[in-house]
Amino acid sequence: MEQPSPSGGSPELSDSEQSEESSVYSGLEDSGSDSECSGNGEEEEEEEEEEEEEAPGSPSGPQAQAPGKRKTLEDDSPLEGKQDLVVHDEYEEDSSDEEDIRNTVGNIPMEWYQDFPHVGYDLDGKKIYKPLRSKDELDLFLEKMENPEYWRTVQDGQTGAEVPLSEEQLELIRRLQRGNFGDVGFDPYEPAVDFFSHEVRIHPVTNRPADKRSFIPSLVEKEKVSKLVHAIKMGWIQPRKPKENVPTFYDLWAREDPNSVLGRHKMHVPAPKIPLPGHAESYNPPPEFLLSPEEQLAWEQQDPAERRPSFIPRKFRSLRAVPAYSRFIHERFERCLDLYLCPRQRRMRVNVDPEDLIPKLPRPRDLQPFPTTQALIYRGHSSLVRTLSVSPSGQWLVSGSDDGTVRFWEVSTARCLRSIPVGSVVRSVAWNPNPSICLVAVALDEQVLLVNPGLGDRLLVAATDQLLDSWEAPEEERIQPVRWIPAGPEERGKGIRLLVQHDKPVTQVTWHGKGDYWASVVRNPGGRQVLIHQSSRRWSQNPFRKSPGMIQCVRFHPLRPYFLVASQRSVRVYNLLRQELTRKLQSNCQWISSMAVHPGGDNVICGSYDSKLAWFDLDLSTRPYRLLRHHGRAVRAVAFHRRFPLFASGSDDGSVIVCHGMVYSDLLQNALLVPLKVLRGHAARLQLGVLDVAFHPQQPWLFSAGADGTLRLYA
Amino acid sequence: MGGLEKKKYERGAATNYITRNRARKKLQLSLPDFRRLCILKGIYPHEPKHKKKVNKGSTAPRTFYLLKDIKFLLHEPIVSKFREYKVFVRKLRKAYGKSEWGTVERLKDNKPTYKLDHIVKERYPTFVDALRDLDDALSMCFLFSTFPRTGKCHVQTIQLCRRLAVEFQNYVIASRSLRKVFLSIKGIYYQAEVLGQTITWITPYAFAHDHPTDVDYRVMATFTEFYTTLLGFVNFRLYHSLNLLYPPKIDSQAADELKPAEGKEYAMDSESYLERLSALSASLARAVAPTHEDEVEVDEFPVEGETAELMDAKKKEQEALEKHKKLFEGLRFFLNREVPREPLAFVIRCFGGQVSWDKSLCIGATYDATDPSITHHIIDRPRLDKQVVGRYYLQPQWVFDSVNAKLCLPVADYFPGVLLPPHLSPFVTEKEGDYVPPEKLKLLALQRGENPEEESEEEEEEEEEEDDNDKEEEEEEDESEKEEEMKLQKMEEQKMEEQKTQSKVLPVKVTAGKVRLEDKQRLEQEQQSEEKRLAIMMMKKREKYLYKKIMFGKKRKIREANKLAEKRKAHDAALKEQKKKNKKARQA
Repeated sequence: MEQPSPSGGSPELSDSEQSEESSVYSGLEDSGSDSECSGNGEEEEEEEEEEEEEAPGSPSGPQAQAPGKRKTLEDDSPLEGKQDLVVHDEYEEDSSDEEDIRNTVGNIPMEWYQDFPHVGYDLDGKKIYKPLRSKDELDLFLEKMENPEYWRTVQDGQTGAEVPLSEEQLELIRRLQRGNFGDVGFDPYEPAVDFFSHEVRIHPVTNRPADKRSFIPSLVEKEKVSKLVHAIKMGWIQPRKPKENVPTFYDLWAREDPNSVLGRHKMHVPAPKIPLPGHAESYNPPPEFLLSPEEQLAWEQQDPAERRPSFIPRKFRSLRAVPAYSRFIHERFERCLDLYLCPRQRRMRVNVDPEDLIPKLPRPRDLQPFPTTQALIYRGHSSLVRTLSVSPSGQWLVSGSDDGTVRFWEVSTARCLRSIPVGSVVRSVAWNPNPSICLVAVALDEQVLLVNPGLGDRLLVAATDQLLDSWEAPEEERIQPVRWIPAGPEERGKGIRLLVQHDKPVTQVTWHGKGDYWASVVRNPGGRQVLIHQSSRRWSQNPFRKSPGMIQCVRFHPLRPYFLVASQRSVRVYNLLRQELTRKLQSNCQWISSMAVHPGGDNVICGSYDSKLAWFDLDLSTRPYRLLRHHGRAVRAVAFHRRFPLFASGSDDGSVIVCHGMVYSDLLQNALLVPLKVLRGHAARLQLGVLDVAFHPQQPWLFSAGADGTLRLYA
Repeated sequence: MGGLEKKKYERGAATNYITRNRARKKLQLSLPDFRRLCILKGIYPHEPKHKKKVNKGSTAPRTFYLLKDIKFLLHEPIVSKFREYKVFVRKLRKAYGKSEWGTVERLKDNKPTYKLDHIVKERYPTFVDALRDLDDALSMCFLFSTFPRTGKCHVQTIQLCRRLAVEFQNYVIASRSLRKVFLSIKGIYYQAEVLGQTITWITPYAFAHDHPTDVDYRVMATFTEFYTTLLGFVNFRLYHSLNLLYPPKIDSQAADELKPAEGKEYAMDSESYLERLSALSASLARAVAPTHEDEVEVDEFPVEGETAELMDAKKKEQEALEKHKKLFEGLRFFLNREVPREPLAFVIRCFGGQVSWDKSLCIGATYDATDPSITHHIIDRPRLDKQVVGRYYLQPQWVFDSVNAKLCLPVADYFPGVLLPPHLSPFVTEKEGDYVPPEKLKLLALQRGENPEEESEEEEEEEEEEDDNDKEEEEEEDESEKEEEMKLQKMEEQKMEEQKTQSKVLPVKVTAGKVRLEDKQRLEQEQQSEEKRLAIMMMKKREKYLYKKIMFGKKRKIREANKLAEKRKAHDAALKEQKKKNKKARQA
């Protein structure tokens, strides 16, 4: 600011005047600054006049001012050429901190005066009023139409006056809009002059003498070096390793040493290779390998680990259409996991012909005779037939049923000869095995009836009656566990001769081979369960002091004075003469249902409710020699044939299986068991099938009693 | 009872195995390091025979390693390298934390590295062992070589994988050892026979990978680390077995041919070199110039016990193999732009064919599409506007099917836009009882030298004729049925009349007893099957279980085969129906 402009115009202009002028165009200072040198008295006078006019607050102030301003701006334009010649002082116009002398509010945001009628104060402290907004839309429109300057008129924020822009100002705006420099005379591409060059000059740039520190060794560096030396000494810093110049790949197996094959390699279990793809994996498989919609649905519902195949076969018309397989990386990754995580084990693959697994047995045809077909059906019972027994002559058959009758049948004709109503469920019937006695034991409820059916030889019938009647009461009454009651006349008419009254329900009766003794099983857990009776002396006894568990079944040994008792899981063999336990057989079954003794006496079979049949060889072991799982459901009854090497088992699945069970007299040879025939006929009812089986004493015939109320003969 | 009390689990199986956690503690390794070590050394868990005994009475699921294996790992020098690396990482982190860039630099210079050469040698003491285990290595390298150069793993690994894969492909080309190719929906399977070992690998189709999030790339990277080392050594040995230079050099003549075509496009020579190698179009340079005397007739050494027939068969097989190797000899292929270049070029070159492609498609094109000597033009678009006379335009499947069939298949089925015949897997050899697709039967006939094409055409014609005849026949049948009905009616009437006459004579009705014909064979069969059933009943529990299992498998196989056959039949019937309908529509 100290230098006056050397322009020839007006050295007499004071600073304040200059600044005043420039601040008039405060919004457009730069352009206005160009013209300051041309300022002349005329302009000043005008300004003063304007101010004077404004002071009274006349509304026409700004309008009057506007032409004057325009004039000055127009005056500026011819001087532009001169400016270029003038050496311009850049500080001359630096008046930003100068106050606006027309409006003395200072450098504040003008919106603070928004709500006031005035916009500030002039030098005299009088309010400068805002120009009145008297123009309505119409006036504005008219002005827009009529005033050619309208488009370049802007409002001065400081005074609220409307100011038209000059040509230079417009030019400046245009230049800035184009992105040019505001100053026309500015050359952005002036040649650069280097102050300092890379070349060493004879004269130093500065003439400053060197520091002292450049002549003495640096302490900091010394410290650093000593640190490094220490680190090297301590081995913390290792020298850079020289690069090994060895080729990455070379002939690794140049010398194949046979000794390098160690035991490890022989023990190594190589991972199985990935199975090779089949036709279904092709991008264009034969049509039959594609999944139908149902199959695809089923595939999608399966667990991803269980899917077979692991992908959906798809068909593409051309190779171009084949997309990337989304699970490719997955599959490689799974293979990696298999390789390092999956436990390996050497396993010998079973490569056998399944036919070789089937045991070689003698053909059933060679083992005849045995029952092969169903020959007769004995109908008559109205409810399930629980039990049956064949007379020792093989001519008659007795059966007991849930309908409360005991029926006697002729075997050869299937005729029902007699029917004795007994009034309750018949649990067990047993025909006396002695051919010279005609007597049947019938177990029902809590009593056992000894019935003389009156069939066959009359002499025999009479002899039996005589035998029973010949009993004389002993002199001193002995205490018995049961009561023997002679039948009344009515019952005698039915054929009943004696009633043996027990205190608990009787489940089974069985005769001794001689036909005098018989045993009964009573359902009395914990108490006495087995009783042995002698019919000729009407005498009963309890053989056991202590009950060996729940007893299912008892049998007399056919030859020796043994008594077999089957509890739930084991069979005990008692010697009746010596009154001791000789053997206990473990059945390996859960619950024994029935038992039969081989006529030879050395073998026993047990049927069980868990559908097993155990064959015991008493000479061999107390464990079963064979456990046969032929039946699908519980085995209810088992029986041996008296003459032929046959045994049969009846089960709830409605079938009877006849097996060949040859026992050799040679003790070294084990019994030969061959299944011969599966006989079907009985219908299952209430989940019960065959309830009892018995062989004919002479013929290879088999009787079975079923839950469907029939008895059947297989021959 | 004298002697010390025997303690449980201190002898026998329990001492031979060690659980994973205990093994890890014994080796003093973290789980990732232990995993890495197991992968590199090929140590895998073992399934003990009696798990409970080994697990000291507990039935908890544990993985067991052989104690011997773990003891073997104790001496591994790599374990110490792992520790060094861990220390290095720690130091580096510290230096970064303190912004000591000099230290960082120094540490990085001394970064501990390890080599896997000795492990490769140890795991595969002989070269054949290494070849036997190459399947996974190749598949993995081919997969990694398709990964993008960013993200999932180190760029160097990917580049190395790519290099090794290309080298192996070049070896297969040079040795002509490719045998089978299969385009599956998963990728392309290749099977090669290298030094008597069958090697199968799979490559993905050339698309960007959709990287799954549930895959641990570190595990795969560790595997790849080992596989690249293995494959490098194997490649070296294979190249030397063929007297080829390793690292491979392109034959100088071929190189000259290639050079001017592209000098400018590739800034880096090393890069362009690999690219040229991977173009698979040039043959490789040999260390020793090939002499034709090499192919000496192999002397025959008759082995005792081998009959002349067996020898003949062997000889025939050998001849067939030689023929197969020269399948495309003398043929010149051109690959169109949309065809997958690499697999096709690889396969064609493996069987002696010459192949080229558009220059803009890839480096290494040897001749132009306009070359008149081209015999086969592989194209995978429905139709081509401008066709050149004198060459077959074929779909790419023809190449693969021909390779698998070991003969150049008739081209008619593979013209552009034609519905392709099914692409069958060459890896399936149907045994008796398996389902054989009819296309396979046709192919087998073709291989035997019969020409089923004509027959089938005739058949088709016949069929068509039959179709025409069918209607007539049906009509005839209808007529004949009517006639029969008439006859029956007449018969009945006659009978009635007879009966009437009879009834007049005798009031008792006697019907003639039917003679029941006993089919002896059937009876016999039934009896036999019953015997078998009974015998099965007598089987021991264990054998019965095994027997049932085997039979179940057999039955399932039969069921599946039947199902496929049925499906095919239904499909063919539907197709025929469609054909008929179309024909009718055309006629009408």
